[in-house]
Amino acid sequence: MPTRIDYDAKIPNNVELSDNRRLQRALEGWQPKFMHWWAEMGPALETQGVYLRTAVSVGREGWAHFDHVVPQDYRWGIFLAERDPDRRIAFGEHQGEPAWQQVPGEYRADLQRLIVIQGDTEPASVEQQKLLGLSAPSLYDLRNLFQVNVEEGRHLWAMVYLLHAYFGKEGREEAEGLLYRNSGSPDTPRILGAFNEETADWLAFYMFTYFTDRDGKYQLGTLKESAFDPLSRTCEFMLKEEAHHMFVGTTGVDRVVMRSAELIREHDTMDIAAHGGIPLDIIQRYLNFHYTVSLDLFGSETSTNAANYYTAGLKGRWMETRRKDDHQLTDDAATLDKPQPDGTWTSEEMQKILLLNLDLRREYIADCESGVKRWNKILTDAGIDFRFRLPHPGFNRKVGINSGHHITPDGTIVDEATWERNRKRWLPTSEDLAFVRSLMHPVYERGKIASWVAPPRQGINGKPFDYEYVYL
Amino acid sequence: MTTVSFDRGPEDYRHWRLRIEPPIAWLEMDVDEHGGLVPGYELKLNSYDLGVDIELYDAVQRLRFEHPEVRAVILTSAKDKVFCAGANIRMLAGSAHEWKVNFCKFTNETRNGIEDATENSGQIYLAAVNGSCAGGGYELALACEKILLVDDNSSTVALPEVPLLGVLPGTGGLTRVTDKRRVRKDRADVFATRPDGVKGRTAVEWRLVDELVPRQDFRAVVEQRARELAASSTRPADAQGIVLEPLEREVTGDRIAYPHVTAELDRDTGVVTITVRGPRGDGWLLAMTRELDDLILRLRTNEPELGTWVVRTEGDPDAVLAAEREVLTGTDWLSNEILHYYKRTLKRLDVTSRSLIALIEPGSCFAGVLLELALACDRQYMLDGPPIDDEDSDERAFLVLSEANFGAFPMGNGLSRLESRFYGDHDHLDRLKRERERPLSASEAVELGLVTEAPDDIDWPDEIRIVLEGRAALSPDALTGMEANHRFVGPETIETKIFGRLTAWQNWIFTRPNASGPDGALRRYGTGQKASYDRKRV
Repeated sequence: MPTRIDYDAKIPNNVELSDNRRLQRALEGWQPKFMHWWAEMGPALETQGVYLRTAVSVGREGWAHFDHVVPQDYRWGIFLAERDPDRRIAFGEHQGEPAWQQVPGEYRADLQRLIVIQGDTEPASVEQQKLLGLSAPSLYDLRNLFQVNVEEGRHLWAMVYLLHAYFGKEGREEAEGLLYRNSGSPDTPRILGAFNEETADWLAFYMFTYFTDRDGKYQLGTLKESAFDPLSRTCEFMLKEEAHHMFVGTTGVDRVVMRSAELIREHDTMDIAAHGGIPLDIIQRYLNFHYTVSLDLFGSETSTNAANYYTAGLKGRWMETRRKDDHQLTDDAATLDKPQPDGTWTSEEMQKILLLNLDLRREYIADCESGVKRWNKILTDAGIDFRFRLPHPGFNRKVGINSGHHITPDGTIVDEATWERNRKRWLPTSEDLAFVRSLMHPVYERGKIASWVAPPRQGINGKPFDYEYVYL
Repeated sequence: MTTVSFDRGPEDYRHWRLRIEPPIAWLEMDVDEHGGLVPGYELKLNSYDLGVDIELYDAVQRLRFEHPEVRAVILTSAKDKVFCAGANIRMLAGSAHEWKVNFCKFTNETRNGIEDATENSGQIYLAAVNGSCAGGGYELALACEKILLVDDNSSTVALPEVPLLGVLPGTGGLTRVTDKRRVRKDRADVFATRPDGVKGRTAVEWRLVDELVPRQDFRAVVEQRARELAASSTRPADAQGIVLEPLEREVTGDRIAYPHVTAELDRDTGVVTITVRGPRGDGWLLAMTRELDDLILRLRTNEPELGTWVVRTEGDPDAVLAAEREVLTGTDWLSNEILHYYKRTLKRLDVTSRSLIALIEPGSCFAGVLLELALACDRQYMLDGPPIDDEDSDERAFLVLSEANFGAFPMGNGLSRLESRFYGDHDHLDRLKRERERPLSASEAVELGLVTEAPDDIDWPDEIRIVLEGRAALSPDALTGMEANHRFVGPETIETKIFGRLTAWQNWIFTRPNASGPDGALRRYGTGQKASYDRKRV
């Protein structure tokens, strides 16, 4: 006998869940499976309470409610941004028509696929970060990890809500499938490659939340433009939470760079490994890896799927409504740089609509640059000459036109032997990974922090750094 | 236009890897993106064009003749996460109509050949679907006896042609789903209109695949299943294969000549005269069949405007019957292979969209197996008199019926060519049986209904000229349709449905604006724009 759920108390929502019998029935079946998944695949570290932000409504104060919560009792909820009753479709061949409140039969399969792929990434990162709690550098960081994890869980709920509410029996099956695929599983891996990579240490976690979660931001940004209004509103609300994940990434890398800079100054050497810090060139190699794996998430530079989604109105561009063009893109051209077997680059002019993934990736790269600037400013302020940089978009790629070519971080096309010879200068080596892992000792004492990272400038929700963010 | 050659060998396969591990063979698809037969498209995601399929045909053929020790063939992909995406869409969209249709015909014949190997050769095919499998990819799997699908919670099988391309699956997908795998028609309807396909348990429940296999155990389970299939095979354990040596072929502008088969091309009249010579030495039937097979393929692909094929023979009818007896009464695996190969080659002729006219003259050897060539033709003309160039000669044309004409080489409809010719007339077939193994003169052949007409030597040259000129004046499209209708009487089989129903509908759809017009689905595919349909149901 499944226990009945007191819906509004257990599952904060603004979708009138207590009146929606169909959705209740679907969630009753799914929720225990989700809890089982969380117990099995969620954080390995058990706590008595974590100072978490819980969304209880979408209103100004409702979405940021802070309290100590035992993670498995977190109230995962279903929130959509407020509905604009006059919203019109902004692009594609349905431009100008009212946004859809139901799934059009014609696009059912495509919409379902888009939601499943987005949904598949959300629990994946929880799985990737499962063991990180055991080596957290401070209670503050541990709290942030849990915050990211529960919110990824909630984003899973958000996608599951759409599948349950709009896609019938198949949607329910797909919602279950999201729990049965697991990150890195040899049998049933996650759909996208980056979500099967390990996040083995905290530097990787900061890089992941900076680069990979930022991909999530841009993907959500394009889905927010969707003609399918419930998807649009769901993504709009998710973007608010996503901002925090990127905050964890940005400030996380900041603090590592800050600490490394301190140690470099203190000991007057770049080789700070012996002093418990992470050398800047290792940070650069981590950056190279996480950035390039994240670029793969944008898919192929030319994509007819993306073009089809655009024409159909399913997935728009970043900030679609602010773009000043015809929002059809069939007559516009754009250029694509392609590596050639003879080691040169050529530029090919193509229909803009076939280069939508490239368009989104450009926005993303510009955004990533801002982080690099921040980290370099820390080095400038500390009087250190080293500069971080984003590698060329062709570097280390498994997806798209650059895969199959050997391209250096500065964009030179080289032969395989040259690339392999230099590989350990550009990407984390097993020694780098072992070294970073050797620094990963948990620090669970209030107000204390690990040797390799600086404390944050501010605590959470006005609390000081030495606040007891997690009860262990 | 480039001339397409069908010569291939495992050492120079560009898209396939063939690995023999008796009693199993692994046939792994690994399409080279940049290896398209003509420029203008990339063969991404293990999609195929004619060149890829020519290699597959070669592999299937060599497995039968060169590898009697192989009892089960695992058809799988060497690529990660993708089994096969089917026929390359850009290739289809960019191809002329006759190229598309000819391509579909050849791929269909190859799929039928796979089923033939399973059924008649004890070389049982198993599809190991290790990733996404769509359209022609799933049709390839459908040609196999069993389909195993990787259970990774995302791999699907799909026939997305209707929803995505506005055309039909072109290699028997719809028919095999319902007739071979006995998928319920309502589910088949749902399946064939879902662009994303069906995965996992549902695919098994709907019978679209036979078994789900976890990713980690995939290769082991596939091999295990192949061994089980191999154990049920009737293929001999200790036989030695024979090598299919490269064909001897001389091609000049208007002539293609092999040791046993010659074709004279007359581009002015649009007629090809094919002459098949009777036995000269051992191994004639296999050698002649290989040459004829190659010739049919080359003419079909490279000479679409030569619309009439005249079929002749030369040689000693007794030698034909002797050679035939050797193979027909042989109980060894090789005799079996040769018979089935000749059967498949005759079937290729049956589905060839050219007017086929047999000329039976003095010095010809239309006996038994070679009489099947004449019976495969749309019309037969027999010269009732001396050779045209030697009116004093006593030599006369005659036909010989043999065991070979009574069921050894069934057509796609499951009937012999005589049964098809005299459909439902059992008394007449019984009478013909009594006429086996003796020369039948022109007048007897007319009397027995074995030839269309038997002009004498005075009428012959004009008569034949007028027949050929008259034929050439008719609409090639109407002829294609008429011939295909007349050739296949009686019962429907999977094969006749594929070549008759499916191909005919597809030909129609391929020329309709909804598929091939500038705004049609096939043309718009890959542009990011949606097809615009004429909503009238026709």
